Amino acid sequence: MDAFLHQILSGLASGGIYGSLALALVMIFQATHLVNFAQGELAMCSTYLAWTLVRAGCPYWVAFVATLVISFLAGAAIERCVIRPVEDKPALAVVLVFIGLMLILNSVAGWIFGYTVKTFPSPFSDRSPFGNAFIAGHELGIMAVVAALVGLLYVFFRYTTLGLAMRAVAVNPESSRLVGIHVGRMLALGWGLSAAVGAVAGMMIAPVVFLDPNMMSGVLLYAFAAALLGGIDSPGGAVIGGLLVGVLENLLGAYVIGTELKLTVALLLIVGVLVVRPTGLFGKVVVTRV
Amino acid sequence: MSDLLAVRSLFAGYGRGNVLSDVTLEVARGGVTVVLGANGAGKTTLLRAISGMIARRGAITLDGARIESMPSERIAQKGLAHVPDGRGTFAALTTEENLRLGAYTRPRSAELERDFERVYGFFPRLAERRRQQAGTLSGGEQQMLAIGRALMLRPKLLMLDEPSFGLAPLVIDEIFRILERIKAEQESSVLLVEQNATLALDLADRACLLETGCVVRSGPPDDLRRDDAIRRAYLGY
Repeated sequence: MDAFLHQILSGLASGGIYGSLALALVMIFQATHLVNFAQGELAMCSTYLAWTLVRAGCPYWVAFVATLVISFLAGAAIERCVIRPVEDKPALAVVLVFIGLMLILNSVAGWIFGYTVKTFPSPFSDRSPFGNAFIAGHELGIMAVVAALVGLLYVFFRYTTLGLAMRAVAVNPESSRLVGIHVGRMLALGWGLSAAVGAVAGMMIAPVVFLDPNMMSGVLLYAFAAALLGGIDSPGGAVIGGLLVGVLENLLGAYVIGTELKLTVALLLIVGVLVVRPTGLFGKVVVTRV
Repeated sequence: MSDLLAVRSLFAGYGRGNVLSDVTLEVARGGVTVVLGANGAGKTTLLRAISGMIARRGAITLDGARIESMPSERIAQKGLAHVPDGRGTFAALTTEENLRLGAYTRPRSAELERDFERVYGFFPRLAERRRQQAGTLSGGEQQMLAIGRALMLRPKLLMLDEPSFGLAPLVIDEIFRILERIKAEQESSVLLVEQNATLALDLADRACLLETGCVVRSGPPDDLRRDDAIRRAYLGY
């Protein structure tokens, strides 16, 4: 029983990470209606940045905040310089840019930092207040960080004018201009925010999967599954989808198919959701009357 | 007093070629100018050109400021609210959020909160649907919401693109009653594009007729009403 509970709790912890990366995907999707394949590599680069800062002697949380800020700026800069020129182009062109970005970031990280696997520090103590049988300290910390992140984003999008403006741009850019919203700035802000959210995911998963240029490839696949399961246009759904995927992955891995086939779970979920319920669990079918 | 909006030799269109050629018109301060014209005459294009949604050449002056080279969001900040054709509803957001977006350029204040009540006073049905997803409102309600959203800007100039389009006669009457009140309050001037010429001419103090992108008549509404050709083509008697 203890082992079962442990599987569920640690599934929730990794699920929180899938959920936050899925959240980053959903934020870009809402603005561009495309899936950003480079999201994982962006998070990986952020994690290397944090690693460099920590190695240079920065206290962990200082490095954490600095990484968030720099990732935010980098995300906004990528939107400005790389995405905006192809904004009006066909979807395939934009997707190619995403894939190109993914390959470039991956190679650049490998070139600078090498492909040897590195350890990444966890800010949380190893000992869990509830005893290690149930959950490790780092997993508990992940849950707290993800919960805080989701809470902050919820408050931002739900209650601030800026958050409302960003949602408005996602829904109807033309009308947004007419009420005085600077659409380009909101898109850059959206990219910045999603890069920062991805950075959190990267820094939280790195102590578990270790740091190397390909660290996010598996995680990104789970995040795709999470985003689709929750509904690709639903931020809340992305987080819940992430938690579900995390738990499912752990339980199936432990009791049914073994760890080697874990990644198949993500692929099966992606195909399954697309076939059975393309809007996902919480995806909105927006009703319009004319 | 000078006009609030002055458009001088405006050319505009989509891609190559002009839809509008050499359009000139004015909206007086506190006044209502109506633009009549058949489908495809360029009425919607005219409004889109003024609010900066499409490329245009010419001179457009709003309250003394030249706006012809400004992007839409700057023009909105200058006090121009455009109710576009198709109503421009933020379908996935609630009614109240739609209205709040209308006031995006204004700082939060007690006055702004009073404006919510003003709009809900104009359109009580919107108050009932505050928390409802705006895309699920009926066509008439969405038109009310679009006008309410524009009023939340406290605009100097309100531009309306066929507010009666596709609506039931009772709803059209309701909307035009509100436009009468807006005109009476004298706070916003109005540039109205309408197919329903009878109602529009009653509201307006200036009128012009657009045919294939050119202004072919303009003047006081009575002049246009008396014109036989216009009467037959647009008023139907």
